[in-house]
Amino acid sequence: MRRRILLKSVAAGLLSLGLFSSAAMAANETLKIGFVGVTSGPAASWGISNQRSMETRAAWINETGGFKIGDKTYDIEIVAFDDQKDPKRAIAGMEKMAQEGIHYVVGPNVDDGAAAVRPVAEQNGIMYFPYAFPQSLYTAPASNAVLGMVANYQSGPAIYKYLKAEKGVKKVAFIAANESDPLSQRDGGVKAAKDLGLEVVSDSVTYQVDTTDFMPVLLPVLRTRPDLLVLSGVSPANAPQLIRSAREAGYEGIISTETAQDAQVLKEGAGKLANGFISVGGASTPEMASDMMREFVERYTKMFGEYNDESNTKVYALEYILETIKADPAGITDVEVFKKTMDTFEVANPYMNGDAKMKYVGTSSFGQKRQVAVPLVVNVYEDGEFKTLFVAEVD
Amino acid sequence: MEQILVNGLYLGAQYALIALGLTLIFSLMNVLNFAHGQMYVFGGFVTYTVVAQLGLPFIVGLLLSAVVLGVMGALIEKFLFRPVIARSKREESTMLLAAGIAFFLDAVILLLFGEKQRGIPKIVDGVFNWDFRIVIPYDRILIFVLAISAIVAFIMYMQYSKTGRAMRALAQDRVAAELMGVDVKYYSMIGFALGAMLAGLVGGLLVSITGINLGMGGPASIKAFMMIMIGGAGVISGAIAGGFILGMMESVGLTLLAVYGDITYLVIFVMLMIFLSIRPQGLMGKPWG
Repeated sequence: MRRRILLKSVAAGLLSLGLFSSAAMAANETLKIGFVGVTSGPAASWGISNQRSMETRAAWINETGGFKIGDKTYDIEIVAFDDQKDPKRAIAGMEKMAQEGIHYVVGPNVDDGAAAVRPVAEQNGIMYFPYAFPQSLYTAPASNAVLGMVANYQSGPAIYKYLKAEKGVKKVAFIAANESDPLSQRDGGVKAAKDLGLEVVSDSVTYQVDTTDFMPVLLPVLRTRPDLLVLSGVSPANAPQLIRSAREAGYEGIISTETAQDAQVLKEGAGKLANGFISVGGASTPEMASDMMREFVERYTKMFGEYNDESNTKVYALEYILETIKADPAGITDVEVFKKTMDTFEVANPYMNGDAKMKYVGTSSFGQKRQVAVPLVVNVYEDGEFKTLFVAEVD
Repeated sequence: MEQILVNGLYLGAQYALIALGLTLIFSLMNVLNFAHGQMYVFGGFVTYTVVAQLGLPFIVGLLLSAVVLGVMGALIEKFLFRPVIARSKREESTMLLAAGIAFFLDAVILLLFGEKQRGIPKIVDGVFNWDFRIVIPYDRILIFVLAISAIVAFIMYMQYSKTGRAMRALAQDRVAAELMGVDVKYYSMIGFALGAMLAGLVGGLLVSITGINLGMGGPASIKAFMMIMIGGAGVISGAIAGGFILGMMESVGLTLLAVYGDITYLVIFVMLMIFLSIRPQGLMGKPWG
């Protein structure tokens, strides 16, 4: 008898729990936003910082009641796919997003992946926000890709010009991993340096992305005695080793890159040898960060144990997608509406102090607004942290 | 030229140490351990945690890496490879298992240690510079000496200890060794543990120089397989020779071929293909296995 009562109680409890859960879930509809990028292998840091930024922001939104678009409130669900930096996998990932009815995707992280997914995105009405630089992706007739950061051909000239004027740099050497992204960034950098009248003393040395000892790779470059050594498209995994090897080999010039880096990684991998290293920073340096940005960092750290400085830029893509849809709710399923909204979209930037705006830019580089507006922050690493060298605007 | 030789020797010592563990496991169990690179990475992260997170001395981290990976290796052999080998005569079963362990360890590493590149402070400051003919940081010299010491200790252990002799007997003829009273299961487990321990040790050593990250496992395994293909699979001296040959080829290629772009490994792979078509058993391997 007692056993029967117990069973009935358990059944009733489970039923009510199920009903309660259903009721709770029915409160908000779910808006799925995709992520297709690299979260494994040597470049995992790039994609994981993307994915975790999105998951942190989505959890925050859901915890505080959801995101209001028109007269409905949505819980945000992030659907992630690891493309392993393989274009074939990136295509499979974008197809998965299409199958799930997703219209907005963040990623891919690299050039060949971003180029590969273009037909799938265009055929299935998907807007995607790559962290890749090929201009053809953002220039008409292409219209579905939106650059999620500042491109090297926008930051490189600014950095070289500054170093030429302020530090007297005359001779530049480039070194890049033997992969499409770093190589194209190197070529762009070489052109920018030559246009500025700098002498390019070495631009042919490349290295395998899985290199563990950079001393033999660097020595032929350092023999050309450059004033500036540019680590084109260097991943956060390789940057500290390259810096360390260059300094240990006696190089005393300036080292720079146009990719975002992580201060903790530089500190652990190169220590004081990384002092003076110039990189393109996140869009929310300590001086610029708003209270909301600080809360984002806290929540990210609480969720994943440790913050990644690359997320200072990667926090933005999801925010741009949601706010643009909010500006015209018809864009939730119709990317053509989204594209039209982009032309006039402008809201306050919640992650920065002052009157900074979130808006789409890129007219100068692409002939149309296909880039998120994040400030071009050039940082210099000093004793475990980044200090702002100068700030510029893109467009 | 001096710099090329020094770079080659330094690379060779670390490569040889990586290849030793892999070839030991192959010789004892006929298992191609595709997870060897991930074990190396795990060892690096253990040393990183001990030194950078807990603030303990480098040597403690190094020893703990060896111990943790040794225990991990023993458990993997006992609970994963041993049942599979007992139930399946197909070699691909163990290969698939090893590949599965590699993926599993990748996931565990991501969960435990995160996605970032990690490193520890330099263990020795300063650079040896002989008139710019040889430039090598002191910490690399120290790691080179430690790697060579580990290789020598391993050879001595295999040569003169009872366990080493038993493992050599097992490698030469598993059935004969069993008939002579060698506890095959026990020594297989010890061998696998020792192989994993070597991977952990080299991971711990190199975290002080190259740092460590999630993605280093796969490429490390590929290089280790190349070394034992050059030297001869399952032959200890072959793994050492393979390691030094690959290190030297890499050093020479990166210096002399730099002007032609990143073709060093292209050339190495072409040479390896030609070499294996002439001598498929490697330098010191026997054609019959």
